[in-house]
Amino acid sequence: MTSRAQILEKVLNNQPDAQPLPADSFTAFPAADPVQAFATVLTTIGGTFIEVSDYQAVQKYILEHFTGQRIVSTLPELAEVSEQGWEDQDPHSYANVDLAVISAHFGVAENAALWITEDLMHQRAVPFICQQLAVVVSKKEIVQTMHDAYLKIGIAEYGFGSFIAGPSKTADIEQSLVLGAHGPKGMTVFVMD
Amino acid sequence: MSSGTKDHAALSDIFNKDEARVDWHDETLWFVRAKRDKAAHNIPEWEALREAASQIKNNVLSNLHNYLIEFEEQAQKNGVTVHWAADAAEHNQIVHSILKEHNVNRLIKSKSMLTEECHLNEYLKQNDIEVIDTDLGERIVQLAQEPPSHIVLPCIHKKKEEIGELFHEHLGTPEGMSDPVFLTAAAREHLRETFLTRKAAITGVNFAVAETGEFVVCTNEGNADMGAHLADVHIACMGIEKIIPKRKNLGVFLRLLTRSATGQPITTYSSHFKKPRPGQQMHIVLVDNGRTTQLSRPDFRNSLKCIRCAACMNTCPVYRRSGGHSYHTAVAGPIGSILAPNLDMKEYSDLPFASTLCGSCSNVCPVKINIHEQLYKWRQVIVKEGYADPTKKLAMKAMEFTLSSPFVYKNAGKVGRWFMKHAPFTVNNKLNLWYQHREMPEVPKESFGEWYKKNKKND
Repeated sequence: MTSRAQILEKVLNNQPDAQPLPADSFTAFPAADPVQAFATVLTTIGGTFIEVSDYQAVQKYILEHFTGQRIVSTLPELAEVSEQGWEDQDPHSYANVDLAVISAHFGVAENAALWITEDLMHQRAVPFICQQLAVVVSKKEIVQTMHDAYLKIGIAEYGFGSFIAGPSKTADIEQSLVLGAHGPKGMTVFVMD
Repeated sequence: MSSGTKDHAALSDIFNKDEARVDWHDETLWFVRAKRDKAAHNIPEWEALREAASQIKNNVLSNLHNYLIEFEEQAQKNGVTVHWAADAAEHNQIVHSILKEHNVNRLIKSKSMLTEECHLNEYLKQNDIEVIDTDLGERIVQLAQEPPSHIVLPCIHKKKEEIGELFHEHLGTPEGMSDPVFLTAAAREHLRETFLTRKAAITGVNFAVAETGEFVVCTNEGNADMGAHLADVHIACMGIEKIIPKRKNLGVFLRLLTRSATGQPITTYSSHFKKPRPGQQMHIVLVDNGRTTQLSRPDFRNSLKCIRCAACMNTCPVYRRSGGHSYHTAVAGPIGSILAPNLDMKEYSDLPFASTLCGSCSNVCPVKINIHEQLYKWRQVIVKEGYADPTKKLAMKAMEFTLSSPFVYKNAGKVGRWFMKHAPFTVNNKLNLWYQHREMPEVPKESFGEWYKKNKKND
């Protein structure tokens, strides 16, 4: 008898009588202004919230803050300020990327998480290995809670996707919060009209 | 973890030698508990969420057989190889065989309490494979050659000065440097080099979705993602109870998990792994290791609902003052004390007694496990099965004898009062553990029974 068969048999013999799944959970207490709520949480968790009207404004911000650094982006609108032809390299080669600018499907007001799937990253390592991460999200795409987030994701197909909320962090040394554990040291979210 | 023959009380004694450290440990964990409260109180529907999570997990346990099959089928469709391990030994062998197949002798691992439970690091070391833990807290205890003392905050028992010393010795940081920002930056540099050079990565699993075959890994540091996305081989190890039915159920669990754990609204990264990236291999190891036995125990099976947030540890008055290592098992605290006796009732017979049964653990549990009631029930099972501490057994027998006869009861009181008054050293001495931290009140002249008899006559 294989371990698989053995485990499944024991589970079948030992599991309790059927218990129904509860009704689906929905957002019970929506924030009056989800964008404002998102901004507040993002700032609390160490991120930077920037409202922009178009990609021109994003470019301007990047030039002001990150000029002279290695910048990669998945957004054709930012071609002028980012490296070209970087997409199909070995992911290890992104270790010296200073800033990666990508976009998110949507953001979540209650926790400032942004839903980003593989197709928006080009390579899975990108949002994790860069020193600084910037994400562009549409103002209309800020949902209230994680319940709404999964309603929006639905049965979408992806190989990999992640909710990213703020810069990487740790408090493992005496509960002192330090930004920039292994992933980005900072995260800028451009919320676009 | 091997603690030799020491039980929770003896190991707590070691931790309690440094009273200032106990106070600091206690306050640090209470600080985390307070953050949890604040986060929970920000969600008006918190109790409804807990109830939903509890019901989803009840459903999982009642239909685990089908969910496991569904999960396997979906994961295989996604191009993931699924392995089944009956116990810790088989789990370790499976991981080892995958590594051998790829000629890997160095790997990185993000936090996985399951691999701690299976003692994977020791096993691989014996087979000349180097494992580097990448969670900062886990790396710190690994350098100190200790197991984690807490499932979410592995080195919560360590002072920054001790961590500074470890880093000085192993990573070459300047002597006496103990600033957390500086030490974290040093670890970042050291581990970045490791991430870039290892071909295999092991991660744990927080949730595995039967419907889609994907699994979710939550970290704040980004270490699971750094490891998995740079490695050629990703091995994810999970207990069979980590299954949830549907993707949308993640909404409930991700809202509860980190708020309960650290008071954050969500972890920085909640990564959904569904398919290997082109050219990569992805493996999932489904591990039983006693879980099906726990499933067979009606009184204890719902301990398998645990999502490993550690809220029960942070709130526990015993854990906060005895430290994680006093539990001599991979998962410490109240939840660990109801999981461990299932694996080895004799070795862990002390743990269900390491509690005041105050119930705070059950009150904060995000999936509503009746932790303190199970601790109480384990005590009864352990005594019945003959695994209780002999002195405890003797005391219980004496109590049974005394309480079952009114004559003995009356006279025992008299005798006891006489001894406490005229020969206190016979009870208050080193042999009586009760007196180690307690003083008895002054001895009354008479019992209530005697007083009542006298005053009733005078009426």
